[in-house]
Amino acid sequence: MDRPLGLLAELTYACPLHCPYCSNPLNLGDYREELTTQEWQQVIAEAAELGVLQLHLSGGEPLQRRDLVDIVRFASGHGLYTNLITSASGLSSRRAELLRAAGLDHVQISIQADERALSDRIAGMPSFERKLAAARLVKKLGWPLTLNVVLHRQNIDRIGRILDLAAELGADRIELANTQYYGWAQRNREALLPSRAQLERAEAVVRAARERLRGQMEMIYVIPDYYSKYPKPCMGGWGRRQLTVVPNGDVLPCPTAHTLPLPQASVREHSLAWIWQQSPLFQRFRGTDWMPEPCRSCARRDLDFGGCRCQAFQLTGDATRTDPVCHLSPDHEIVASAVRAASEAVQPREPILIPRPHPDARRQD
Amino acid sequence: MPSTGPMRTADSADRPRLAPHVRLAYDQTRQRHVLLTPETVTLLNGTGAAILELCDGMRTVAEILAELRGRYDRVADAEVQAFLNGLLAKRCVEVSHG
Repeated sequence: MDRPLGLLAELTYACPLHCPYCSNPLNLGDYREELTTQEWQQVIAEAAELGVLQLHLSGGEPLQRRDLVDIVRFASGHGLYTNLITSASGLSSRRAELLRAAGLDHVQISIQADERALSDRIAGMPSFERKLAAARLVKKLGWPLTLNVVLHRQNIDRIGRILDLAAELGADRIELANTQYYGWAQRNREALLPSRAQLERAEAVVRAARERLRGQMEMIYVIPDYYSKYPKPCMGGWGRRQLTVVPNGDVLPCPTAHTLPLPQASVREHSLAWIWQQSPLFQRFRGTDWMPEPCRSCARRDLDFGGCRCQAFQLTGDATRTDPVCHLSPDHEIVASAVRAASEAVQPREPILIPRPHPDARRQD
Repeated sequence: MPSTGPMRTADSADRPRLAPHVRLAYDQTRQRHVLLTPETVTLLNGTGAAILELCDGMRTVAEILAELRGRYDRVADAEVQAFLNGLLAKRCVEVSHG
């Protein structure tokens, strides 16, 4: 069995933003019993022991945790590469300096668009100016700057101007990732899924920008998997490279695996090593033995691992089926019809987006 | 002067160093040197690690090669160059000229 390389620590699901593509769980209220500082330190120590080299600090908004600096210092002391994934809300100069001193290696800031009105509308609150200030602060303190942009129907046509903004801010890396349809994004899929024409235009802009910014900015562009021929190699294989610990201490093979009808595993009950090596949850889809056809006899089974279990379950009701994104899947029509609808829909249209609420708000159905 | 331009190859007078977001570490669990970036972990062999440990922004590529020749019986200059150029292209390594 491989050892994990990366730990995604979702420190809290609290977040001042209300992005309609948030992949956090729909039942945010279930995660209020957050791990304490000491519990997180125990998790990090066990993760390092297990072979984890990278710690991704995310949420929700990780800066909402008052002990973030302590957590970073502890992880850094254990030799982990620490990466903060933030909306920048709460990244004051003082806090940034403390994080820098605590050994934080890298910061990724999300931006929603290239200009204030759209960015603030997508984020559900005024946040754009704050993000720009934080991006400049990151550069000023000598960190490399990565910008994360989630692309969707409402902002993908502005990709050229988003890249211009990134260059102007001196970003070293930009991750342009199309929305993945889980959690709130799945609820809002119709308003978020871009058309084929939009994607083709975006890809042309990215190709040109790659040439223009070569050597200056590293560019990662991820198409929506609905439009790809084969599924994504989700997490590099179930229980193979990565693990996620969510705010209440549940451990997951991927951040959305809580949606699957599988037994839970919690750091409040078991060691991380036991969970990785022996828990029924982590063993369920490890390797290729669980695979049905057409994956079982497919030459790509060790490349994409049958795709995403959460997507298979979400779209077919059966987590063991081939990811319907794959053109070889017997359920591929589910994805193909969503793509057709997105490409035929008349544009522009007023988007109806359900904002992701604050975890303290009562869920409205 | 530090170069952030579209520089693709390291000349023998260039002084390479790790980019600020990249960390070279020894992984106790796997007993291997590793190169860490925000999204990747590269497991290094002994020679790869030896080359990168010498990339301190002070030594030139020529000096690094000389140092390696003092340690190893055979040093393929072209392979060391190719290794550094690969990391330059991925922006894991930066160079100062002169």
